Amino acid sequence: MSAERRGDALAAAGWRTRMRWPRAWRSPLGIVGSVIALAWVIVAFTASWWVPFEPNAQVLPRLQEPGIDTLLGTDGTGRDIFSRLMTGATVTIPLALMLVVAAMVIGTVVGAVAGYFGRWVDETLMRLTDLVMAFPTVILAMVIAASLGPSLFNAVIAAIVVSWPQYARVTRSLVLGLRGQNYVIAGRLLGHSPLRSLTVDILPNIIGPVLVLATLDIGAAILLLSGLSFLGLGAQPPTAEWGSMISSAIQNFDAWWLGVFPGLAILTVVAAFNFLGDALRDVLDPTAEVSKENQADRAASATGTPA
Amino acid sequence: MLLLIGVTIVTFTLTNLVPGDPVSAALGEGASQNPATREAFIQARGLDQPFVIQYFLYMGNLFRGDLGTSLVTGRAVTTDLASAVPATVEIALAAIVVSLAVSIVLGTLAAYRRGLVTDQVVRVVTLIGLSVPTFWLALVSFYLFFLQLRIAPGSGRISPSITPPPRVTGFYTIDYLLNGDGVGFVDAAAHLALPVMVLSLVTIGLLTRFIRTSVLEVLASDYVRAARAKGLSGTHVVIDYVLRGASLPILTVVGVAFGALLSGTVLVESVFSWPGLGTYAYNSASNLDLPGIMGVGLVVGVIYLGINFAVDLLYGVLDPRVRLA
Repeated sequence: MSAERRGDALAAAGWRTRMRWPRAWRSPLGIVGSVIALAWVIVAFTASWWVPFEPNAQVLPRLQEPGIDTLLGTDGTGRDIFSRLMTGATVTIPLALMLVVAAMVIGTVVGAVAGYFGRWVDETLMRLTDLVMAFPTVILAMVIAASLGPSLFNAVIAAIVVSWPQYARVTRSLVLGLRGQNYVIAGRLLGHSPLRSLTVDILPNIIGPVLVLATLDIGAAILLLSGLSFLGLGAQPPTAEWGSMISSAIQNFDAWWLGVFPGLAILTVVAAFNFLGDALRDVLDPTAEVSKENQADRAASATGTPA
Repeated sequence: MLLLIGVTIVTFTLTNLVPGDPVSAALGEGASQNPATREAFIQARGLDQPFVIQYFLYMGNLFRGDLGTSLVTGRAVTTDLASAVPATVEIALAAIVVSLAVSIVLGTLAAYRRGLVTDQVVRVVTLIGLSVPTFWLALVSFYLFFLQLRIAPGSGRISPSITPPPRVTGFYTIDYLLNGDGVGFVDAAAHLALPVMVLSLVTIGLLTRFIRTSVLEVLASDYVRAARAKGLSGTHVVIDYVLRGASLPILTVVGVAFGALLSGTVLVESVFSWPGLGTYAYNSASNLDLPGIMGVGLVVGVIYLGINFAVDLLYGVLDPRVRLA
């Protein structure tokens, strides 16, 4: 019986969330972002089957300009840039998605526990997040990745370590606001355990802002991963990865196509996810914008007195 | 203060996290083969002592300004950092000034034209600004403005033909001015321009969006409506009422933006061969020079804390209510 009720509650919450989702696709930004992001995700999961050349095969003439044979030219060791670019998506995008999910789960759990239990638990956990946030992200990620040793796996670990605190902060403040609500207290009086209270009563009401944060964070994660690879602390050669491709382009300034295309790849993916996240924020996170009443208010006063 | 100690604990723990042999990691493969050198290093660093004692030894070395020896340059890390910090701070301060100026204009404009074309354009442009990989933008702009168009000066802080100014502040532009050297100042400022432009783009994205929201909130307030009702001119209202009201939240986000700038310098400076913390970090990272990397991490952490502390102090200046608390 209780399982059935929980199912109902989750379904209702899911329905509420789902009803608002499609509105993100009504804005042009949301549409453009979704299309480009989807295209890149498809590339990321299929590229290995259709790229024209083996990404690490040094079979072509060196430093060929973009043309018919090689769409985007070849690099200093005769590898096809187009193939490496598409293969780069298979490296970066799944890792970025994974690390965002990991950071989101860790951060949400930490923030929810801190906000719900309060007192010393809150103090300890929040001091810990303060500590991580005392460093600029790339700097801390660089230091961690360097001490773990340069590899793509360690770069992902470093990125997770620097990414979770923002979720913890947001979740904590949301939980603090909800903890005292009558319906949550009523749930506790009905005998909900802390776990139940958090997952059934509180989670449905915080999932929106957290998801928005996560969508916006995918872009940041891709930038961070490629930045670490650019520093030589992420993907190691000969892995086809965008950041390290740009890094190696510094040695060949005259061949502009070496560096330009990987950068455009990063730019389009990151911008797509940022557009999508921004459109989602408008519909899912009511706290991000000035409330509707204010807006109407302002519209009225704006027509009255031209600024 | 507590965070300052925390920062040292983080860097210390990370130094000891190194998988494998810390001795060869710090001394390099060659030197660590010599048993006498090994023994001396273990003694000096107290590597045979318990963890907590090691931390206090680390702090002791820190207070004496000893961060170890860089494997890349062969000099003490503190010496290297002392010459790198002013270069980076100069670039970061210039970038924060530029991006604040641009984003106050853009953000206010977007808020006033809320929902209209200007607002949408600003939104898209700032989102793209937040999406550009800075190291790539640095590379492309260097290629375009220096190698192709030849309107930007080359890499470094000044042209090779010009002598550096006598060191007063360590900021070349200011030092040249203090020295009354106009040619030097123009040269240093020209070298500063391109890196600052590249770095500013990300912070402009960050700041503009935030300023837009803050201005929107202030615009909805009663005192702005009262000011308008009094018949004050548009610019008067913007400067004395709206921006003044929005200055506190803007100040907070400037602290955050500074962190983004410091992160950016690590990725950007190396492209322009700018001899600051970023290039030093890049060289240390790509050569796995751990003492160098830890030094950069520590110094940047301290600078970032210092900036946020300054922001807190400025809060008191701008908002009398904080002073009472």
